[in-house]
Amino acid sequence: MVGGSQTGDDGAKAPSAEQPGHPTAEPWPLWEVFVRSSRGLSHVHAGSLHAPDADMAVRNARDLYTRRNEGVSLWVVPASAIITSDPDAKGQFFESPQGKDYRHATYYTKSEGVKHL
Amino acid sequence: MTTATDTPQDLTAEQEQFDRLIAEDSRIEPRDWMPEAYRKTLTRQISQHAHSEIIGMQPEANWISRAPSLKRKAILMAKVQDEAGHGLYLYSAAETLGTSRDTMTEDLIAGKARYSSIFNYPARTWADMGAIGWLVDGAAIANQVPLCRASYGPYGRAMVRICKEESFHQRQGFEILLELSNGTEAQKKMAQDAVNRWYAPSLMMFGPPDDDSPNSKQSMAWNIKRFSNDELRSRFVGMIVEQVKVLGLTLPDDQIRFNEETGKWEHGPLDWNEFKEVLAGRGPCNAQRLERRRAAHDDGAWVREAAAAYAAKQAAKRNELKEAA
Repeated sequence: MVGGSQTGDDGAKAPSAEQPGHPTAEPWPLWEVFVRSSRGLSHVHAGSLHAPDADMAVRNARDLYTRRNEGVSLWVVPASAIITSDPDAKGQFFESPQGKDYRHATYYTKSEGVKHL
Repeated sequence: MTTATDTPQDLTAEQEQFDRLIAEDSRIEPRDWMPEAYRKTLTRQISQHAHSEIIGMQPEANWISRAPSLKRKAILMAKVQDEAGHGLYLYSAAETLGTSRDTMTEDLIAGKARYSSIFNYPARTWADMGAIGWLVDGAAIANQVPLCRASYGPYGRAMVRICKEESFHQRQGFEILLELSNGTEAQKKMAQDAVNRWYAPSLMMFGPPDDDSPNSKQSMAWNIKRFSNDELRSRFVGMIVEQVKVLGLTLPDDQIRFNEETGKWEHGPLDWNEFKEVLAGRGPCNAQRLERRRAAHDDGAWVREAAAAYAAKQAAKRNELKEAA
């Protein structure tokens, strides 16, 4: 049986606490839903839902996440298709910003007071 | 996921990381290590919350066909649809902790899971739609707003969405009561009767008094709960004591007072035995609500099966086309 939601916004695979002895009807796959709230903006993750196929996932996403004109466009993605970075390797994977202040505009103070800079 | 979590040394490091995130008032996300008790507490709380939304559809759905106007019917349908949506947001959040929605649904219909005691009271008249919106949704909002900052990320995010939608629920209920209160003598009486019946159960929605709420302390230490039951209840009393004046109605409690010393609102005694009885399944509507939920699940089985069969058929067709190409 597929475990619970695999994602909590980050495609995370949660450990399954499935109890044995439950009816084994195939559960509907999980889909992650992304909503574009208006033209000019990116699709943003809104949440997830279960649906038997992509068409139903889009329809369910409309009913579940856009009841109040929240969106002009929807994406649904099978949760199982999302590849994520390893959360246990945060330190090594994401480069340390330490000592790299020069990547920010605020590092450069000599130009303070100069207009339009 | 790596399995390097087995040695005690790593466990300590992970516990430290967890404790640090909580101490910083940061958020825990699904793939983070978390103590088993934290996972269990959240799974229980979020799934109970989801069940409450789903069962909570019933008292109001019963009134859709009898709403007094097309406008009220449309509003009530939108509200009941929202409750379904809220249930689904919360099931999704609970699933990130590792228990599937199907398992949670099965627990509910098997009578193994709890939901808010409030939904085991009957909605006798149209005015109950008003009192439920004003008092029950009002209490829910007072409870839920601090949950938007719950330490578990998916729960907090679900609550943000829910709180945004919930305020219309309370306002439409208030409006129903206001209209009835300004209507005929009989309508005003009906409104007052509904407020009288829903007042105490809505105060009990905040849970048992602090000295009888064993899990509260740990939940507050984990930043799941931000305020104690009594604190939130007192705040809620302070809000409705003013609002009821606008309605031209009264609250069935002559002991409400503002305690200058503590700076808190106080109310008359609540029947906590009744609360425990209802929670234990012996309330006025427990059996009916569960029976209805079970029937809906069984009656909907063919829809779920048909949708799955259609999906399988379409997938097979696509595969055939792919192979032919």
